[in-house]
Parts: sequence; C-alpha cells; structure tokens
Amino acid sequence: MTAPSNRSLSSLEQKDVFVRRHIGPSEQEIAAMLTDTGASSLDDLIEQTVPAAIRLPQPLATGESRTEQEVLAYLKSVAAKNTVAKSYIGMGYYPTLVPNVILRNILENPGWYTAYTPYQPEIAQGRLESLLNFQQLSMDLTGMDLASASLLDEATAAAEAMALAKRVSKNKKANLFYVADTVHPQTIDVLQTRAEAFGFEVEVGPATVLSDESIAGKDIFGALFQYPTSEGDIVDIRDQIKAVQDAKGVACVAADIMALMLLKSPGELGADVVLGSAQRFGVPMGYGGPHAAFFATRDKYKRALPGRIIGVSKDTNGKTALRMAMQTREQHIRREKANSNICTAQVLLANMAAFYAVYHGPEGLKTIAQRINRYTDILAAGLSKKGITPVNGHWFDTLTLAVDNKDEIVSRAQAAGINLRLDLDGKLGVSLHEVVTRSDIAQLWDVLLGEGHALEIDNIDAELTAADASSIPAELQRETAVLEHPVFNSYHSETEMLRYIKRLENKDLALNHSMISLGSCTMKLNATAEMIPVTWPEFGELHPFCPAEQATGYKTMIDQLSDWLVDITGYDAICMQPNSGAQGEYAGLLAIQKYHESRGEGHRNVCLIPASAHGTNPASAQMVSMKVVVVACDKQGNVDMDDLRAKAEELADSLSCIMITYPSTHGVYEDTIQEICDVVHQHGGQVYLDGANMNAQVGVTSPGFIGADVSHLNLHKTFCIPHGGGGPGMGPIGVKKHLAPFVAGHTQFDLGNENGAVSAAPFGSASILPISWVYIALMGGIGLKKATEVAILNANYLVAKLKGHFPILYTGQNDRVAHECIIDMRPLKEATGITEMDVAKRLIDYGFHAPTMSFPVAGTLMVEPTESESKVELDRFIEAMLSIRNEISKVEQGDWTLEDNPLVHAPHTQYDVIEADWQHSYDRKTAVYPVSAVAANKFWPSVNRIDDVYGDRNLFCACVPMSEYE
Amino acid sequence: MSNVPSELKYTATHEWVRKEADGTCFVGITEHAQELLGDMVFVELPEVEDEVAAGDDVAVCESVKAASDIYSPISGVIVAVNEDLEGTPEQVNNDPFGDGWIFQIKPSEPEELDDLLSAEDYANTLDED
Repeated sequence: MTAPSNRSLSSLEQKDVFVRRHIGPSEQEIAAMLTDTGASSLDDLIEQTVPAAIRLPQPLATGESRTEQEVLAYLKSVAAKNTVAKSYIGMGYYPTLVPNVILRNILENPGWYTAYTPYQPEIAQGRLESLLNFQQLSMDLTGMDLASASLLDEATAAAEAMALAKRVSKNKKANLFYVADTVHPQTIDVLQTRAEAFGFEVEVGPATVLSDESIAGKDIFGALFQYPTSEGDIVDIRDQIKAVQDAKGVACVAADIMALMLLKSPGELGADVVLGSAQRFGVPMGYGGPHAAFFATRDKYKRALPGRIIGVSKDTNGKTALRMAMQTREQHIRREKANSNICTAQVLLANMAAFYAVYHGPEGLKTIAQRINRYTDILAAGLSKKGITPVNGHWFDTLTLAVDNKDEIVSRAQAAGINLRLDLDGKLGVSLHEVVTRSDIAQLWDVLLGEGHALEIDNIDAELTAADASSIPAELQRETAVLEHPVFNSYHSETEMLRYIKRLENKDLALNHSMISLGSCTMKLNATAEMIPVTWPEFGELHPFCPAEQATGYKTMIDQLSDWLVDITGYDAICMQPNSGAQGEYAGLLAIQKYHESRGEGHRNVCLIPASAHGTNPASAQMVSMKVVVVACDKQGNVDMDDLRAKAEELADSLSCIMITYPSTHGVYEDTIQEICDVVHQHGGQVYLDGANMNAQVGVTSPGFIGADVSHLNLHKTFCIPHGGGGPGMGPIGVKKHLAPFVAGHTQFDLGNENGAVSAAPFGSASILPISWVYIALMGGIGLKKATEVAILNANYLVAKLKGHFPILYTGQNDRVAHECIIDMRPLKEATGITEMDVAKRLIDYGFHAPTMSFPVAGTLMVEPTESESKVELDRFIEAMLSIRNEISKVEQGDWTLEDNPLVHAPHTQYDVIEADWQHSYDRKTAVYPVSAVAANKFWPSVNRIDDVYGDRNLFCACVPMSEYE
Repeated sequence: MSNVPSELKYTATHEWVRKEADGTCFVGITEHAQELLGDMVFVELPEVEDEVAAGDDVAVCESVKAASDIYSPISGVIVAVNEDLEGTPEQVNNDPFGDGWIFQIKPSEPEELDDLLSAEDYANTLDED
C-alpha cells in the first residue's frame, strides 16, 4: 500500500468516488468474483461474453467522472437559468401546493420511490392500498363505476379513451371520432397522431353541433368533450352526450379534477368514459411531468380498460388483500390483442395525488376549490367593472378575455413575471389555482387593466357574498357527496398523516431493504444525489408551455443529456418526448412508418417480432396498424436465422421493420445480431432495437454501432430514474439521421418539425430528466462502461454459484450470460410439484423480492442483479436460493409432503408464527428465519399468498371498509 | 390423460363440437384445454346472431395468467351462448364437455363437420405434445 504522503493530489481528490459508490462490489470483491467466474479480469470477461464484432473500438466521449458536490453545483447553475414565473396559463397544468409531509415522506422517500411495480402483491400492500385510494378518488369525482391506476398524462389518456371507444362501440362500421374544439390543443394533437396511426378519422368541431340532427346522423364510434372547456367555460353537455350515445358512440369527457369538487360529475351527465390529469392534486408541474392521469368508466366496459387496475381479493387465510386485477387485458399477456401497449404507469404520482386527497379530505378539497373559484369570481368582477367581460359566461378557475391591447398587456405581464395563456387569437387566458393569494389578484388587475384601477378585493368579495350568485351554472353544481370513505376523513393532523404514510410504507419491500433482481427491469441504485434536483423549484415549477426563454436551463440540461445519449447509443438524434418505454416504441414505429411514406413506400406494414419479445412490442406494432409476424427462436433461445431469412424474403415487399431486444430477452448476446440487421435492411426494412436491456450495452457496444435504426431508452432502467413503485418512466428514442425528420413534434412548442405529438408535453416527464443527467455526469464515460462490466460480472457470478443447483436456461458464447440469467424451475416442478411461484413467494420469507416470474419463458425465474449490488448481497441471495433448493430436495425425498412444506405455504406472516396451534411439519423458525442472515433484516409480509382467481372472479376495485385491514 | 369423449368432434386448437338432432352444434373447449389454461375467471362470449366462418376467433377464455382465443370449428350463425358462464366461468373447468359449453351454432356448411378430428385423432395429437 502506498504511504499517504506519497499520493498525488488528484488521487486524493477522488473524482471517481461516486463510481465506487454506485457500483456494489469493491475492487477486492470484483477480483474474487472474477476468480469464481473463471475470468482473469473484467476485460477478459467482456471478451469472453460480448461478440468481438460489436465491441466498441473507442471509449465513450462522455467525459470524466465527477464528484456529487461538483455535479450538483454545476446543475444548480444550469437550473438557475430557468425563470420561475407566476403561471396562469392553465391548459391542464396548474401550480399546486405539495403538502410538505407528502413531499418529504413520499416524493423524497426511497421507501416509496425505489419500489417496483406491485407484481408481488404480498410485499406491496402499502402502495396497492394507496392506489386503491386513487381509484376511489377517481370514481367519486367522475361519478363512474370503475377507475384505473393510472395512465401517463391527460392527452394519452384521451387517446386511450378513443381506442376504448372503438373497441366497445356498437357502431362497428364507424371510423370517426369526434373531438370538440373546446378540448386542450395538446390533447387534440396527441389524438390526431394516434388516430392516424390506428387508421381512424378525427373531426374537430364545435361541441354544440353534435346535438343537431345533421350531426346525430354522423357515423361516429365516439366523441370527446372537455369539462370545463379549455377556455374555461362550463357547458351542460348532457344533450351532446346523448346524441353521441344515440349514434351508438361512446361519450368521453376530459375533466378537471379540482373543478369536479364543485361540478356535477360527468357520470351524472351520462358520460361513458371520464379522464383527466391529477397533477393539480399536489404534484408539481415539472415542465410537463411526470403526473398521473385518471381514467374511469362504466362497469360494463371494465374488460376494455387500458392499463393497471387494482382489485381486492383474499389471501390464503381469508384476509383482505389487494393486487393488480384482470391482467389478461394487458400487453404482457395479450400482446397484439391487448387493450393498449401501456406498461409503466405513474404510480408515485398517483400516490401523491391520492395522499393529497387523504390529507385534505373532502371538506379541505372543497374549500380549496371554492377559494380558487372565489378568486376567479373576484378577478372577473373587477375586470367587468372596468369593461373587460370574460368571453366565457361561466367558469371555475379560467377566464378567457377578448382584448384589443393584447401586446400591451403581454408586455406588462412579462415585466411582472407573469405568464398568461397567449395562443388564442385576439384573446388571453387566465387560469387561477391553489397557490393564488390576494396580492396575486391585485397584481393581475394591474397587468390586465394597467395601474390605477382602484379595485379593492374586500369590496368586491362583499358584493359577491351579498349577491349570492355563482359562476357555475346552477344545474351543473355538485350535489352528491364525495370521498366519504373513512380513509379520506381520518388523517387530517400531520401526526396521523405521517403515520399513515409510514404504515403503508412498512408493508412494501423497496430497494432500501434488499435487492430486487427483476430480470429486464434493471433495479439499480437510484442515488440520492440524482434525486435531489427533482424537487428544486427551478425544475419543478415550470409550466410546459411557458415561453422558451424562461426554460433555457431545461434546454441546456436536455441538450447535454441528448448529446451524451447520442454518444452512448451511437445514434444521431434523440427525441425526449415519449414518457414511457412503450410510448417510445410507438414513437419509434411512427418514425419508421413516416420514413417509409416519405420514400413512397407507405404500404410497408409488416413488423417482424421474435417469439421471445416483450409484450409491449406487438402491442405497439398494433397501435400503428402494423401486421405482426412472429419469428421463431431456436433451441438455444436465439432468433432462428433461417426462419428470419425466409420471412424477410417472402415479405420483402411489405416489410416495414423488425423489433428486437439486445441482448435478447433471454439474457444472451446473440452473435447474429448484425446479420439480423443486414437481412432486414436488405429487404427494405428498418431495425427497431428495444432498449430495455441497454444496461448490458453502455460503453461496451451500442445499438447504432450494431446497425439498428431506432431504439427507445428506458431512462427508468439503465439511467437511474427510480421505478416509483410502477412509474414514472421516460422512454426517449434515439434515431439514425434518416429517421430524425420523423420524430414527434408538438403543437405548443417548436421542436423543429411539423409532426404530431405522442405525449401531452414537449419533453415528456421533463422534471425527472435531471436524474439521468446527474447519473451520467457523475459516472463519466469510464464509470459508465465499468457499470456495464460489473452488471455482466454480477450476473455471471450468480450463474457460477447457482448452475450446479439449478439449470440455467440460455447462455451465449463461452457459456456466458449477459446482465441477467434465466433459472429454469420446470425440471424441479416436474420432479417435485414445487413451482416457480412457490420459490418466488418463499424468497419473501428470506427477505427478497422475487426475480421476474415466467417471462420470457413460462416456469422460469429471470434474475438481473445489476452492478449496484455488492458481493455481500449477491451471496445472501445465493445462500437463500441454495437453502430453497435444499427445501425442495426435502419435498423430493419425502421429508415434507407437497401439501405441507414451507414453500407452498410461503410467504409466512408474523401472525402465522404467533398462532398457538402450529400445524405444520416444519417448525416456526424454518418458516420465518430459515437462515441466520434473515434475522438481521427481517421483512414481514403483511398478508399470506393472495388468491388471484377469487379476485378476478369477484372483481372489486374500490376502497374496502377499514375493518378489513385489521 | 385427459378425458376425450368419443361421441364428439374436435379441432387441433382444442375445441369440441357436439351435433344435436335439430342440426345445430354446441361448442366448448376440451378438458385438456381447460387444464392448460387453469382456473377460468372470465369467458368472453360471441353475440347471438353473429355470422361466423370456420376458424374465426369468436370467444375468449381467460384465466388469471392466460387468455386464449376460441375459434369457431365450423361456419354458421350463433344461435345461443352460455350466459351462465358470465357468473360462473368455473363451469368450463368443472364440466368442460357439459355445463361448460360456450356457444351453440347453426352450421351453414354442415359438410365442414366431416373435416374435424375424431376423438381418436384428437387424443393422438395430445400424445404428441
């Protein structure tokens, strides 16, 4: 060891200190693991594992690693270039007061943000309960039977409503979806893009026309209305809804969640589908996201619902337990026949909105809504006195003003640091919100009227109180109660609220407890330093449609991130708009389609997809009206090259693209990948390389280098955005130069093209992009490459330790796996009757979240440890797996029967082991402390194994009586 | 080994067909098929009066983990559907060849029945699996 005095200053500065903290194993551990794995060095391991032809010849140009302090100080200076103006733009995005108890204990709490999607419900009852609260909130406010949890944003929720309408409308021959021109423009943009891809027609026109006889005869499968309208009016749409339904169409309503506290629910007006953004329930605007969208419908359309729904079921002891319901509707099972390609939802944000409702309760929320409405009344009354009467006759929070001095007002607004809605010809929009105070109203008068107006808030308020008039039409005022369930009426002191949040958190296993080795999901470290900028106001409080010059900090950050991702992917351009991986797939396929059209080859519509693909791939292809042709896999799990060549040749005239994951979903670097790209290109197709497994590529190879044309990047996998318990995600796409002109555009923001939008905001969920930015900045090019190498080492170390005890299903050259491996449980099931499900649930007793179950091969477990797990944690997992293997042997040898052993009864709760009458052939210690390591960090599941069948046969998706949780 | 009643006709996709005296046919899925799918939680039924062609997907059987299309073995008009399955889809598991029937069809091309598999031939396809 070098004496301290002899070390250079640069080594003492430890610029690479973060790399060491992000990567789990120490240098000594890496050396030991390499020995166990049979490699002499990381370089040797990579040479053994990754085909030589695709290894990058040069290092990443992504710079040197930096310290947390340096990176955050620099990013703070970038963020400072953003201007946080007072936003009255509205259009679906409103400043909100995030309750601090929610900010710190949910949004900034790894117990909530590092959890995975609740596919293992026994260790996810906390967030499932909160999501059930979100569904109850959605149902109460919309007046509908059933709600989901959750969609990505209001505009894509509207697009999902359109797709649902097409599925369920009895007017099967109709191909037209009517959109009221009172809908937010970004929603119309997204709808038009989606409709074109589906081959639907969209007609945008006045909402009133629909009640005319001339329109009632239109051949429509559905229509969408905005309530209140984009310009703030509150219109009774009962006749329009009925006209749509008389035409056998489905009536959809996009509604404002805060306004619904005071308005008659769309359900009471007759709507079939109600959707909208839950952003203003305590989730920052974040320059466009992430926020949760709510989506509610009639019971009879439940099987047509897109995305995740939480349902109530029972565990094996008959205790109430929650889990995701009716999953057969979804892409991971139904593939191209799924209701939607949606996978990642917005769980963290849906939970924030649900807790916001729990925190305020019905009275609190009503007071907030009434205050917003009263401020709007006061603002309007003052303006009317001075001769500016709002264009909209009724309002909740938004006034549209026809002014002849728009330029003058806008310049006064700019000087005052105020953003108004400006995109309306000859008019201005002013939308108020929860954050508005008296002084803001006075300032708005100054801006709109000029100083010296002499209006007094108290005087006007007194006049309004005396007049007893309402800006909401009498027939549209809410009369029904909402949020009567005790959960919304019990936690109104901060102490109670804090403990409710903690109580739910305690039921969930997240990364701050133990490894979550979900194959294909890359549950790596979400470092605290990466998370810190997310809640900086300079990133959080920008409206997505604010003037571009107020968002130069965002532009700088996004441009840098794009440059880095260009370097990492080997592509030429990045489109930041898609806000999930599945949406990235859709956006990438759209680009491919438009590229073919530009060359007069718009007829190309066949999408080749290997049998092993993620379900989102065929579901996304279906959204752009492509025909899915499945390519077979050979016995080694690789793409069957003969089948590929035959199909590409046979379909050469209609071949649009292939969608392929690399390394494969089987966790193998197929050495034929470049040949696959060549074959598809030779026959006129494009290559979509699914970036789900990018964590095995960064710095070692790249999709661009391999020869692909477009990929999405799951920033919530490879680039450290936390999973949030099932969202948010970000799915930007990288493209080669020839596809760059065909990526998403946006109606409200100049992205340099005229293309349609795929998501509501120009840069998707922009406020979580700093997470990926910080990660890359901290790691630098060398650190990123090392992360990939250690991810591969960790997976191969697991294989080395487990392969003598469990069969490993697929391997590549030199018997190596990539960054994940598939443990085949089928032979053991055949021999003993113990299933992969039993093993997954038994892992809970050992304190682990199960690996991916039965994907991509039924009856298997797919393990992806990631680079962030230390040797200590991997060894603990190995110990658990070997101990479980030993338990299976005892069943095999007849020591335990198949009906009574710790595997089939797993997971065990605390309640199980305190029961006086223990009836099992194994002891209590074996049940809950099977190995000594468990004792140091025991995780108690709150329920026993959940009965999925009962839940799906007896679907119930609302809050249950509180006593059920006792 | 699954039960394969000898009086029924079969498809390679695991539907069975029972011809009635009035010329209509009942259709369901085989015992083997329901075993593969597991506990049924929902059966999506066709609409009465739908005209279907042989091989059309007309219904869906869903368990918790899988959804399987049900193809019409023959062409014709749907004359009845088993509405009991809406409340008790488990009838498909408990009595696949009886109360678990899915729809009744009036054949438009009765000669198609001759192209279906006999019980023996169907049982042989299961042995090959």
